[in-house]
Amino acid sequence: MSDRPMLEIAALQKRFGETEVLRDINLRVGQGELVFVIGPSGSGKSTMLRCCNRLEEPSGGAIMIDGRNICAGTTRDLNRMRLQVGMVFQGFNLYPHLSVLKNITLAQRKALKRDRAEAEAKAMEMLGRVGLAHKAQAWPAELSGGQQQRVAIARALALDPKVMLFDEPTSALDPELVGSVLKVMKDLRDEGMTMLVVSHEMGFAREAADRVVFMDGGVVVEEGTPEEVFGAPKTERARAFLSRVS
Amino acid sequence: MDLFLDQFFNLDVMARALPFLLQGLWMTAKICAAVILLGLVGGFFLALGCLSPRRWLRWPAVVVTDFFRALPPLVLLIFVYSGLPFAGIQVSPFAAVVIAFFLNNSSYYGEVYRAGIESIPRGQWEAARSTGLTQAQTIGYVILPQAVRNVLPDLLSNTIEVVKLTSLASVVSLGELLYSANMARSLTYNASPIMLAALIYLVLLWPLVRLVSRFQRGLAA
Repeated sequence: MSDRPMLEIAALQKRFGETEVLRDINLRVGQGELVFVIGPSGSGKSTMLRCCNRLEEPSGGAIMIDGRNICAGTTRDLNRMRLQVGMVFQGFNLYPHLSVLKNITLAQRKALKRDRAEAEAKAMEMLGRVGLAHKAQAWPAELSGGQQQRVAIARALALDPKVMLFDEPTSALDPELVGSVLKVMKDLRDEGMTMLVVSHEMGFAREAADRVVFMDGGVVVEEGTPEEVFGAPKTERARAFLSRVS
Repeated sequence: MDLFLDQFFNLDVMARALPFLLQGLWMTAKICAAVILLGLVGGFFLALGCLSPRRWLRWPAVVVTDFFRALPPLVLLIFVYSGLPFAGIQVSPFAAVVIAFFLNNSSYYGEVYRAGIESIPRGQWEAARSTGLTQAQTIGYVILPQAVRNVLPDLLSNTIEVVKLTSLASVVSLGELLYSANMARSLTYNASPIMLAALIYLVLLWPLVRLVSRFQRGLAA
């Protein structure tokens, strides 16, 4: 882990009208680190994650990706920045009118301007990584939820992002399909991808996370290694939450 | 009975009127082509305006859409044809028809597009934008193809309405199908050309109407 964090969230604030959803969030994710965010619903976890590629516009503070503030700059800078930040959604959000292969080549061709052969080769490589090379010509609707989510991960990876954001990637899946997605995420981590994950998979957090962040009421309440946060939570709020979920 | 057949289904009169009606049909086709193409493009931009988060874009688009949907197309046509010359703008009958029906139809197409775009879940926008696609690319490659597919029966229904609408062009003496039939009727003192025109409309539109029904059943299933 280098000195400069790959992703740094500094004094991040987000208000929806009168409601303060995030107040003064500070978080650093080092190169190759997997940071896991837990907390009760409504704690602002997803909002924070969505601020990291400006799907939500922060109300204050700064977000640095590899040393560059993504909250400054033009629309073009924003589109270029988004290429460096891969995002995986709870609902997969594959394009239902495009084949699996086209789902993965679309942004490569239109945003990165790769030619067709290069984009398809990259797509096949990524599909191989998530174990779905044989589904390249399938339609999203023909895949199980777990397969769809792995295609969504491949779609994000094909753009060679520096950071991957996961917004409850397994919450919409049947229990027996969760494992396949978590395995892909674990492989990614082992290959050195920088990842920020919002999820309720506590078992996965224990096993794979470098650090766990507990959020509640729009602030980071507690932060530490999985052993620290799960084994001996320091705050009352974290203790109460963990006793409810485990 | 013979009188009725002679007046309405006189094959001899029909045969004589047919070349004339085909000329009218050609004009109808030209009006349709212009109005449908312009309407599909204009409607698309109206829909984008109506859905824009920017108030200065949204308000005018909503007002225009509502106004031209509420105004009877015949009134609009007469206004464009006989009103504009008073403002110093001379328009040919063809231009008047195309302008009036373009305004009317953009609004209808616009509403159809808007419903289609609104039927696409937010997640599709977010997925596209999160992979660095611009807003225009997102609309063009992700949103519009799905939206059009969702509202295809409505787009087609509206297109059928356009074809029927063109018969109003006879009011400004534009020689489309109905106008030609009516001319033939007054020349022959026989209503058969009108029946022939009706038959031509039917033959043209009936398959389309059938298609819309099949689409709608398909979507419901």
